[in-house]
Amino acid sequence: MERSGAQILMQILKDEGVDTIFGYPGGAVIDIYDALAKTDIRHILVRHEQGAVHAADGYARASQKVGVCLVTSGPGATNTVTGIASAYMDSIPLVVFTGQVPRPLIGNDAFQEVDIVGITRPCTKHNYLVGNIEDLPRIIKEAFHIARSGRPGPVLVDIPKDVGNNYMDFKRAPKKIHLRSYNPTYKPNIKQLKKVKDLIKKAQRPVILAGGGVILSNGSKELTAFARRTKIPVTSTLMGLGAFPGSDPLWLGMIGMHGTYRANMSTGGCDLLIAIGVRFDDRVTGKTDAFAAQADIVHIDIDPTSIRKNIQVAVPVVGDCRVALENLNSLLDKDDLPDLEDNRKEWLNLIAKWKSTNPLAYEQKDSIKPQYVIDKLFEITKGQAIITTEVGQNQMWAAQYYHFDHPNHFITSGGLGCMGFGLPAAIGAQIACPDKLVVDVAGDGSLQMNIQEMATAVQYGLPVKVVLLNNCYLGMVRQWQELFYDKRYSATHMEHAPDFVKLADAFGALGLRASKPEEVETVLSEGLSSPQTAIMEFLVEQTECVYPMVPAGSPITEMLLV
Amino acid sequence: MDQTRHVLTMLVDNQPGVLARVVGLFGARGYNIESLCVAETIDSQVSRITIVTRATEAGMEQIVKQLRKLINVIKLRDLTGSKAVQREMALICVRAKPEYRAEVLRIVDIFRCKVVDVGLEHYIVEVTGDAAKLSALIKLLMPMGIKKIARTGTIALFREPK
Ligand SMILES: Cc1cc2nc3c(=O)[nH]c(=O)nc-3n(C[C@H](O)[C@H](O)[C@H](O)COP(=O)(O)OP(=O)(O)OC[C@H]3O[C@@H](n4cnc5c(N)ncnc54)[C@H](O)[C@@H]3O)c2cc1C
Ligand SMILES: Cc1ncc(C[n+]2csc(CCOP(=O)(O)OP(=O)(O)O)c2C)c(N)n1
Repeated sequence: MERSGAQILMQILKDEGVDTIFGYPGGAVIDIYDALAKTDIRHILVRHEQGAVHAADGYARASQKVGVCLVTSGPGATNTVTGIASAYMDSIPLVVFTGQVPRPLIGNDAFQEVDIVGITRPCTKHNYLVGNIEDLPRIIKEAFHIARSGRPGPVLVDIPKDVGNNYMDFKRAPKKIHLRSYNPTYKPNIKQLKKVKDLIKKAQRPVILAGGGVILSNGSKELTAFARRTKIPVTSTLMGLGAFPGSDPLWLGMIGMHGTYRANMSTGGCDLLIAIGVRFDDRVTGKTDAFAAQADIVHIDIDPTSIRKNIQVAVPVVGDCRVALENLNSLLDKDDLPDLEDNRKEWLNLIAKWKSTNPLAYEQKDSIKPQYVIDKLFEITKGQAIITTEVGQNQMWAAQYYHFDHPNHFITSGGLGCMGFGLPAAIGAQIACPDKLVVDVAGDGSLQMNIQEMATAVQYGLPVKVVLLNNCYLGMVRQWQELFYDKRYSATHMEHAPDFVKLADAFGALGLRASKPEEVETVLSEGLSSPQTAIMEFLVEQTECVYPMVPAGSPITEMLLV
Repeated sequence: MDQTRHVLTMLVDNQPGVLARVVGLFGARGYNIESLCVAETIDSQVSRITIVTRATEAGMEQIVKQLRKLINVIKLRDLTGSKAVQREMALICVRAKPEYRAEVLRIVDIFRCKVVDVGLEHYIVEVTGDAAKLSALIKLLMPMGIKKIARTGTIALFREPK
């Protein structure tokens, strides 16, 4: 049957199970939008294309599906770049469709032409310019396959207008994808895993470091079983929060620059570090020479480039986290483990001592402490909410004081650290999980970067909640200035901000404000239980800092405490 | 840390933008390219890229892994230290005033290269060989005055078992 490029795109999206697209129309994609209108695929009209990509990112993480965006050429395409870069850094599966000027005009500086394939080459897992309508079905299939397999990531497909509105004879997309050079390794080498098992049997002071890879591989259950059975305490990166239950006695808290005292000390003192699905970011390792210096390091990762990039390891294991953990668990089943109860006693006691230093303590006095707000948020939501964050102090407090028992409940821009991520990501997560409570923990600076998406949330009746920790500062930068730049607060004071309560109202949402500690609980309860989209603003202690803090480039065992 | 010279040869999809991906990766990650050579293979869908680079051992491991990760890189081999044939070609335009002509020709003869263009005051010499041979020739021609030079950069092939 003769089908247009736009119709073919729609049919393959349906085949791929796509039910939601985040996007923004324009001339170059008007034919695709016309075809979209004739399907039952839900389109979420954002207010800025950056919002579309972050929303698709939040959707992908909350649903474990591929997030899909559709935007026009030129400015529509360039507006997606920050969102794509964030998804790339965090290995989130997205397929972004951009319109392009008609093929005869490409290269002519045509109206709304940009070389988006060139621009996004370094921040996509792969990208395509569709040169012929005949290539379209194959390219779309490949795009989804590449985005979701192996180490996931964003894929961009640039579709010239005259590919979208040309016709070809089309029945169905190819079933088989043939990429001769792309074949991710899921099954790890058993020999390597046996070495890991032997190291576990020998170890006196082992630690597990779990990362975003555990969540991406859907391996939390296997990780939890593995840790409990080997009685190995677990820390995680920011991206790994929720991979292991935050309420488990073996949980050490987050590692790294703003990690807990016990997590960083345990990593410094361990003799075996089993790193699973992490990429040893500098926020995690601090000074690399001093990182886990006494330990044999095992590193399980699906992407060979992650291994030995920053940290030398004793046992590299290339493979999928979930498969590797499954295999390790069955190797352990077949083996006699030494008496772990006895074996671990000393180590776990030492960790308990570190824990009792309680560096996350704060005193709630006259003005609202941001930590207190997150504590209360955790309490009231019973730890069951999906939390997205903006970037900065708000993000770190959310990570430290909200304890995650489940994967895919903490959604944050970790690698790019992209302010303006949280609100659109919350919208995406809410669409993926309509019955869940979704809360964006925000700072006043970040929230203003994509505040326009409030309108999107209201338009689609999404009861997303913003918990705004308003300190009138670009707090995290201010903190660095306080600690390392002699308190010269260069350009970090946001002297003027909108009235967020009125602003919420203007968007047709609920706006609430707490300026005293005793108002915190009421505002949270009222805001969270409302069926509306809501901004809850908390006027918090303006100069509060995030602790512990490891100064950049120091060993992670050298922390500034309160 | 010691940097050593590596010759990387790779088969890539012969499509627009593929070279940009490979070269862009070197640029973005701060790896250097000493020479670069690209052309189609017998299979018109596939090109061979040969890159000479300098890196530490750890740096090289990352470069190789990152290149293999590119979807369009089909096969990659580090030919350094292995049994590979390495060749480079250069066209050298050398000044050849009457009093030097005999000397240039003698050098050309010794190096078994060819004069491919002759003018009143110049020769263009074509030479093929490994990097050492080319440098030696250039050194000898230098006193005569080299007007222009074009080098292909190294290409290499793994020697099949005998
Ligand atoms: C203000 C700020 C402060 C921060 N402070 C901290 C901090 O104190 N501590 C901290 O930890 N982070 C912190 N971060 C986050 C940090 O920048 C990194 O984003 C984070 O550490 C990366 O987490 P990860 O190593 O788990 O890797 P991710 O980015 O989640 O990468 C996942 C890894 O798993 C691999 N992988 C993917 N899929 C699979 C699979 N199926 N099987 C196996 N492997 C797979 C990938 O190849 C990759 O290596 C901070 C960020 C910001 C913005
Ligand atoms: C798009 C973007 N621009 C700049 C930065 C640098 N930056 C990191 S944290 C931060 C301050 C964030 O301020 P705010 O959102 O008010 O949060 P707070 O730290 O006060 O909680 C800034 C400016 C960034 N991460 N992202």
